Amino acid sequence: MERVAIIGASMTQFGQREDEWILDLLAEGGLACLDDSGVDAADVEHLYVSNMASGEFEGQTGVPNALAHDLDAVPAYTQRIDQTSSSGGAGIYAAWQSVASGASDMTLLVGGEKMTHRTTGEATDIIASLTHPAEYKTGVTLPSFAGLTARHYLEKYDAPRESLAKVAVKNHENGVDNPNAQFQKEIDEETALESPIVANPLRLYDFCPITDGSAALMLCPESVAEEYTDEYVVVSGIDGATDTHVVHEREDPTVMGGVVESGKGAYEMSGRDPDDIDVAELHDMFTILEFLQMEGLGFAEQGEAWKLVEEGHTERDGELPINTSGGLKSKGHPLGASGVAQGVEIYEQLVGEAGPRQVDADVGLCCNVGGFGNCVITTIMEAAQ
Amino acid sequence: MTMEATKYEDGTISYPGHPRGPGGAEPVETIDLSEYTAEVVTWTTSTATPPGVREPNHLAIVEFDVDGESVRAIGQLTTDGVETGDDVRPVHVDELREPGAGIREPESQEWDGYRFEPV
Repeated sequence: MERVAIIGASMTQFGQREDEWILDLLAEGGLACLDDSGVDAADVEHLYVSNMASGEFEGQTGVPNALAHDLDAVPAYTQRIDQTSSSGGAGIYAAWQSVASGASDMTLLVGGEKMTHRTTGEATDIIASLTHPAEYKTGVTLPSFAGLTARHYLEKYDAPRESLAKVAVKNHENGVDNPNAQFQKEIDEETALESPIVANPLRLYDFCPITDGSAALMLCPESVAEEYTDEYVVVSGIDGATDTHVVHEREDPTVMGGVVESGKGAYEMSGRDPDDIDVAELHDMFTILEFLQMEGLGFAEQGEAWKLVEEGHTERDGELPINTSGGLKSKGHPLGASGVAQGVEIYEQLVGEAGPRQVDADVGLCCNVGGFGNCVITTIMEAAQ
Repeated sequence: MTMEATKYEDGTISYPGHPRGPGGAEPVETIDLSEYTAEVVTWTTSTATPPGVREPNHLAIVEFDVDGESVRAIGQLTTDGVETGDDVRPVHVDELREPGAGIREPESQEWDGYRFEPV
């Protein structure tokens, strides 16, 4: 099977985009990716759109076909990929499958979401609609799950509350150097620890914001990539997995089975192991998730990720930089775009286009989490040799 | 009123129930968890609640011991001040959140249920 390459990437400004709606955001990201890759829209054979809820947020459905028309990519085959917050990662998987299977020689993936016109309560409710009826009627939200899990983690592993604040501080620091990040400002630990309680023990700065934006990647067979550029990356490993729909039914609330299983699959396919990863983008929708993914992916022993964060291991100049983009925490989390934007950051790191965020990396990993670990996609990318 | 959990042919119990249990085990009976007490595994208080949900919303994951078989549930707490390891019992409430205030279709599910009260 020929390797699948990524030859272009783009990301719009993330944040509150008052005058743009979902079709505007997707077109902006898609056009920028066509431009970045040097691919003519007429050569796009498959067009995938990662999006969780444009119908619920905006009343706009049928977005893949609309995007194909707006980009002048008709008659490309189109499909919408919805896997809640991991729609972006699932989009990478779908785009990879389309190329690896031989069905497409040029696949454009665009992920996007328009959210900020809704109140926080409304947006939270749309996201929480993924829960089981027995959960939904309690009023539990994704932030509530994070609070429940964070308390259990801190108590079980005797981890200091400050270690979670350090995740927020680190990711905000990284976001300062990302011109497309929603927040480009540093925060200190005290600010994080004294911010308003949202779901105790977690506070405002433990949570990502509500965001508008889009991101895009262009995928093709490696032989086709070489016609366009010498600087591309290959998807060397990718896998997806699920965990229980009902969160409290998991045997250990601090273990995300979908992270473990998708990670295993991606490592096996790539022939890599955790020690080979030079840079990673993890789904820090909540600070506690960075710990759970570090442990699930084998970057830390169970219950010990917080120690690595305390030691600076995951900072930009550490042994394993995590969330150099600023993560969802600082960069923002437009649901369908986030997993694609993780891929954009790893692509830019591997081709040396990350500017002030650049680290020394040949192998990168992204982990995109849907629900509260309900669906997970792990992708390993490598600089073309 | 019952807090209905499902027991499967392999002896495991889940709340809520599913058409198949672990290893594809079929359901064999229901168990009313409201007759049991439970221990708080973890808890939180949510201060940013969706439409139709009380604010603040005290929530906990609790664990029941049903004849040696553990089964967990999530639910609202009747009060704050509950800590991990506390014992609680289910108390029926007619409406846990306002049907129709959120995005979920009101007719698609039941809205009554149980809150957990310290014993």
